[in-house]
Amino acid sequence: MISASGLAKYFGGKRALGPVSFEIGRGETVGFLGLNGAGKTTTLRILAGDLRPSAGSLIVNGSDAIRDPIAVRRLVGFLPEQPPLYPDMTVDDYLCFAGRLRGMAPADVKRRVADVEELIELKAVRGELIRNLSQGYRQRVGLAQAVIHEPELLILDEPAHDLDPAQIVEMRTLLGTLREHHTILVSSHNLPEISQTCDRLLVLDGGEIIASGSEPELAARWLDTFRIEVAIRLPNSGSEMESVSDAATLPPVAAAITALRSIDGVRGITARAQPQEGGASIHVESGEDRRAEISRTLVEGGFDVIRLELSRDELESVFLELVRGAERARDRDHPAA
Amino acid sequence: MRAIAIILQRELNAYFKAPLGWVVAAVVLLLSGLLFYAEALGPAAGARLSADVLARFFFSVSGLVAIAAIVLSVRLLTEERQSGSIVLLHTSPVRDRDIVLGKFFAAFVFLTGITLATLYLPLLLLVNGKVSWGHIAVGYLGLLLLGGAVLAIGLFASVLTRNSLAAAVTGGALTGGMFLLWPLASVMGPPLAGVFAGLAIHGRHFSGFQVGVLHLRDVVYYLSVTYFFLLLATRTLDARRWQ
Repeated sequence: MISASGLAKYFGGKRALGPVSFEIGRGETVGFLGLNGAGKTTTLRILAGDLRPSAGSLIVNGSDAIRDPIAVRRLVGFLPEQPPLYPDMTVDDYLCFAGRLRGMAPADVKRRVADVEELIELKAVRGELIRNLSQGYRQRVGLAQAVIHEPELLILDEPAHDLDPAQIVEMRTLLGTLREHHTILVSSHNLPEISQTCDRLLVLDGGEIIASGSEPELAARWLDTFRIEVAIRLPNSGSEMESVSDAATLPPVAAAITALRSIDGVRGITARAQPQEGGASIHVESGEDRRAEISRTLVEGGFDVIRLELSRDELESVFLELVRGAERARDRDHPAA
Repeated sequence: MRAIAIILQRELNAYFKAPLGWVVAAVVLLLSGLLFYAEALGPAAGARLSADVLARFFFSVSGLVAIAAIVLSVRLLTEERQSGSIVLLHTSPVRDRDIVLGKFFAAFVFLTGITLATLYLPLLLLVNGKVSWGHIAVGYLGLLLLGGAVLAIGLFASVLTRNSLAAAVTGGALTGGMFLLWPLASVMGPPLAGVFAGLAIHGRHFSGFQVGVLHLRDVVYYLSVTYFFLLLATRTLDARRWQ
């Protein structure tokens, strides 16, 4: 779907991006992860046709984005960090305008606006002026204009920017729905936010891609120790859990720990009571990602597994380690004068 | 063409929805009425031929049309860039030329409406004095050509900056400079006098329209100025994609 080769962007004499090369397949959801100033927005603006690259080539769906940008823009829906809205228009009028601008026929636009308002839950504000909408609704309207013409490629720059926690969850759910129909590129500086919705991550720093892969692949490459948290249900043990100081002394938890110790590579195990979940959470440290084996061992042992995940804190530390490593490499190559 | 029409329609609606358009229309109509009164009926008017009054009316209103054109045009792209809505246009399958033309024609249609709303004043002369339809038609053609040229200058200024005030100052300075070329020409010797007079946006090129005489060279001049600044605006907008 997308093939970028040697893509670079300079603002004046300052390098903002690249040269970077990457390929993105049709139907993929790819996250561009990086700290502020890493080059995420520049990359996405080039892909959306808003900016021209200083060097390199970019082919989108067989069309050359530099020689024929109009053809590429037909395929793209773009939501920048600040949604491109006209405050003096109503939601309905704005979406009709955006659809017509993208080449839709008037009759198709009306039908599609109704569909998109349904999908993105904008029906309640369809007649409101955009200037009167809350930040969350503005972001939704921005997303609606990006999908109004059913683009093959959807590019979202920090879609959860300025949203409250409830709105972030809603936005994540929306992205989950949209990924069934579009190839999606999404940027963020927040790893947990992006890793839950993306098949693959491209980690950027200083305008360069410093790592790429799925969340488990990145973790496997960069984590020395995996910290896996698994929660099991303990039926009829509510009062017992209230009084116990060490969950590992509870017989079912002790049995689960014994079973987990039989897995290759498991180093340390601790347990904590989780009365609100009606069970206990067990923290397992291992040299490799052993989530599949842990799940299998516990289920075969007759335990009710209610949660199993790689510790989010660990993923954050992978990201920070990648960025720091890249900074150290740059300092080594270009020591301060 | 389709994209131009879509952008034109949105911009025209924006003029009708925002107070700015109505304020500009009201001020132009009020001042043109007052100026007409001063020229035709006021204590300093004296005895004048109707055609002379009409010529003076077109001269006065040309200044109002130029100022209105600057005010209406400088917001066209500054606001888009300030609010970030320009990204919608930039990432749609629309050429930069279509964006510039859509915005220009919207401002031109609105300015034409305001200008033609002053038509009742010359019609009073037609009913009560001795002026021809041709004089009125040529005078209004001149006003619209001048207005179009100044709109193009203002639109170009609006591409240069995100700040409406800075764009207004730039557009005003460019237009003012082109107005000043005419009085400057009168104090210059040849060949500069001829060059300045030929480039001045008022004076030689508007005087024919004022008295109801249509010269092709004046029409070509205004259309050329309009084309030149619209081309500059398009090229500058395109160059922004590199920055």
